[in-house]
Amino acid sequence: MHSVGISLLIVFVVLACILGVASGLIWLERRLLALWQDRYGPNRVGPFGLLQVLADIIKILMKEDWIPPFADKPVFVIAPAITVITTLLSFSVIVFAPGITVVDLGIGVLLFLAMSSLGVYSLVLAGWSSDNKYSLLGGLRAAAQMLSYELFVGLSLMGVVMLAGSFRIADIVEAQRGLWFCGPQFVGFVIFFIAGLAETHRLPLDLPEADNELVAGYHSEYSGMKFGLFFLGEYIGITLISAMIATFFFGGWLGPVLPGLLWFIIKTFFFICLFIALRAALPRPRYDQLMSVSWKWILPLALLNLLVTGAILVSRTT
Amino acid sequence: MLSLIRTVWLVLLHMFHRRVTIQYPEHKAPLPPRWRGRIILSRDPDGGERCVACYLCAIACPVDCIALQATQDEHGRRYPEWFRINFSRCIFCGFCEEACPTYAIQLTPDFEMSEYHRENLVYEKEDLLISGQGKYHGYNFYRVAGLAIGGKDKGQGEEDRPPVDLRTLLP
Repeated sequence: MHSVGISLLIVFVVLACILGVASGLIWLERRLLALWQDRYGPNRVGPFGLLQVLADIIKILMKEDWIPPFADKPVFVIAPAITVITTLLSFSVIVFAPGITVVDLGIGVLLFLAMSSLGVYSLVLAGWSSDNKYSLLGGLRAAAQMLSYELFVGLSLMGVVMLAGSFRIADIVEAQRGLWFCGPQFVGFVIFFIAGLAETHRLPLDLPEADNELVAGYHSEYSGMKFGLFFLGEYIGITLISAMIATFFFGGWLGPVLPGLLWFIIKTFFFICLFIALRAALPRPRYDQLMSVSWKWILPLALLNLLVTGAILVSRTT
Repeated sequence: MLSLIRTVWLVLLHMFHRRVTIQYPEHKAPLPPRWRGRIILSRDPDGGERCVACYLCAIACPVDCIALQATQDEHGRRYPEWFRINFSRCIFCGFCEEACPTYAIQLTPDFEMSEYHRENLVYEKEDLLISGQGKYHGYNFYRVAGLAIGGKDKGQGEEDRPPVDLRTLLP
């Protein structure tokens, strides 16, 4: 009974923290982008403009929840929820600090991969049910981009799994006690980072949305809180990928002096900022460039990384 | 690949640049003196109204936001009985200022005229008329025009010569 209470507490605290962080990221992103573009960003509502988030949420909740008459209604309504649900489910396996996790799964990595694969349904169904050619193009791009990069997320993590010898996230973090995996698995880290960018369809690789060619891609027809859910899903996705990078390649909660949870938060925060910096700095590639880079460069590189890692491990054990 | 990293680095360096935003209500950007902002009606150096109600501004206005009614005082001097500018229509093009023959209507470097009610954007003559001469100093239309009005006969204006006597042959 006692442990159930603790688990429930962890579930709700994690849920509240993630939703809070995801909405806070809207403010953070606007402020950081402004900082790097020599502007101020929102700085009027509350201290440092922090209450801007609250104002935005109130505004988006008050908006008319409009469903276009030509849309496929049930699918149109379900689609935005999928992205939020799958990304939130992925958080259940993250180990924030020793013992602080929703569920300590033996196949945590696989659950993360499965959930991020399911996330693509959200975009494809949204693009399809909107019955709008731009949305459909966005959905198609999302399907191709996320399916191909999903592959590299998996392949780049396999090196980490081989080194740690376990699919449990807690074991993977513990295996980095001597040396963080960003050293021996540097190629894997770079591939995971790029693939994570494509998985969350963040700005350098936001081809499913591509404002200047596809209006807003798969969520052109969405408004009000349904659009808000897509937005929320995107920011939860950034947090998730940043947390995963910190866990798999930068030693999760491991670190000197400070408590583990704080180390985890610092590392995650750093990668979130890096995501935003990439948005501020890099232009969007063409769609064929995106696909050809993925299949002609990243796939062989990931396989090679896997092969070399395996060879070294085998030679070491024999 | 290296160029991408260099781009990210250069963008990150912008953290240490000065921000270009002017925080408006606290700091205000200096406006050039010829800024086309709020329209005023000016007075001549003697304190009289410069406007002679010729309607040229109302005709030049591309959005028809100026309305006025001409009238005359006891000396035959024209002035607007009422003068109305609807600033909710005004596009601040400055054509009225260019059309004005007497420098009466002028645009000023002021744009802070927001209102909560649309009706308040209709400015009447007492809102438009200022006590000074605006941008153009020392100009008085009735002093330089060859027109006879009360207190000034023909030939009595500045740089005016006495009128030619048509009834004599002498030069």
